[in-house]
Amino acid sequence: MEDNFKLEIISPEKIIFSDDAKMVTIPSYEGDMSILKNHISTITFLRPGIIKVQKEEENFQEFFVQDGTVEFFKDNLVILSASAVNKKNLSKEFLDYLNKDTKDKLTRTNITDHDRYILNHKLDVLQSLTI
Amino acid sequence: MPSLDDLKKRIKSVKSTQKITKAMKMVAAAKLRRAQENAEKGRPFSEKMNNIILNLSNSVSDKDNASKFLVGTGKNDVHLCVVITADRGLCGGFNTNICRKAKNYFEKILKEGKTLKIFTVGSKGYDQLKRVYGSYIIEKVNFKSYKKITYKEAEQIGEKIIKLFNESQFDACKIFYNKFKNVITQIPQEQQIIPIENQKKKEEKTSDNFYEFEPEENEILEDLLPRNISTQIFKAFLENAASEQGSRMTAMDSATRNAGDLVEKLTITYNRSRQAAITKELIEIISGAESL
Repeated sequence: MEDNFKLEIISPEKIIFSDDAKMVTIPSYEGDMSILKNHISTITFLRPGIIKVQKEEENFQEFFVQDGTVEFFKDNLVILSASAVNKKNLSKEFLDYLNKDTKDKLTRTNITDHDRYILNHKLDVLQSLTI
Repeated sequence: MPSLDDLKKRIKSVKSTQKITKAMKMVAAAKLRRAQENAEKGRPFSEKMNNIILNLSNSVSDKDNASKFLVGTGKNDVHLCVVITADRGLCGGFNTNICRKAKNYFEKILKEGKTLKIFTVGSKGYDQLKRVYGSYIIEKVNFKSYKKITYKEAEQIGEKIIKLFNESQFDACKIFYNKFKNVITQIPQEQQIIPIENQKKKEEKTSDNFYEFEPEENEILEDLLPRNISTQIFKAFLENAASEQGSRMTAMDSATRNAGDLVEKLTITYNRSRQAAITKELIEIISGAESL
């Protein structure tokens, strides 16, 4: 238990997850990033993807997020996201809806390159999920 | 003196009113518990968000190029006031308290010769403000048809505010709502959301710590601050919802008690006048018999 640190995943409506974790992999702004105990204090963004929470080897939970903010400070990891869902609770309808919504947004002409990059990435993540 | 029949009708109507207020109290009590839970669950998010922003804004060195949401537009002429009230009445001084607080602020703004713009959320606030300040109201929203207000609705309002800000429609923005302290006390609040208020100094200790930012501080702030607006508005919604039910519960409780008092008083009057009528009849019979 010495290698564990505290993790909280919070949405505006409630605390989704609050427990100790050994390793947390987050889809950070510039690529996936794993956090262990004694990581440097950091603040970053999430892009669409999967948060993987590992308490022990071979024992993990996964959460799907579309966006969010991450703060790691003194062995406390806080993930603020309005869209975090436990992967087990994802429904096919919801994913289909997201898929369609993302594709719709991509066809718009007034989006920036950065938005396009995020949307494309989201589409990739969604497709890897539905399979 | 009203007739016996009138009194009877009066008592009956007060009693049925009492039944209604009692039922409303029960409903409010049940809803209050849920709303209170929601408000408490929602607090960590906005607090953590505030903390992050505080840490970030303290480490921004280049204040000149910082986000407009943080430092303002440099002017202080046009004020946008977002007044968040309930959609339903019969909840004591809940709506009036928010409006009074807002009106005081409006007067101050107008006295200083600044431009005032009002954005009302919830129909009761609009009803109360439209008579005097109607010409200042630029937007109104209500959620009458919604059963439950979620983060999505707060986000919509936030987006509207951000759009207005990006169009340079205003320089500073305040929100007015009721903070839920406990069932009988709700405190009307004004909170500045653009530019972000400099918060409590005691947190400053944490700001000495070194953070690694990915991407740059300014970029994070640029994205985070607009999001924070929706968060703050959602927090106001949750606090308001709990306050509304609490306020309604106390209002309906005292209404039920008042109705009980009134029924008691009316029953006494009714019994007295009934007795008086009987006595009067008896006297008439006796004095009629005596005169024979």
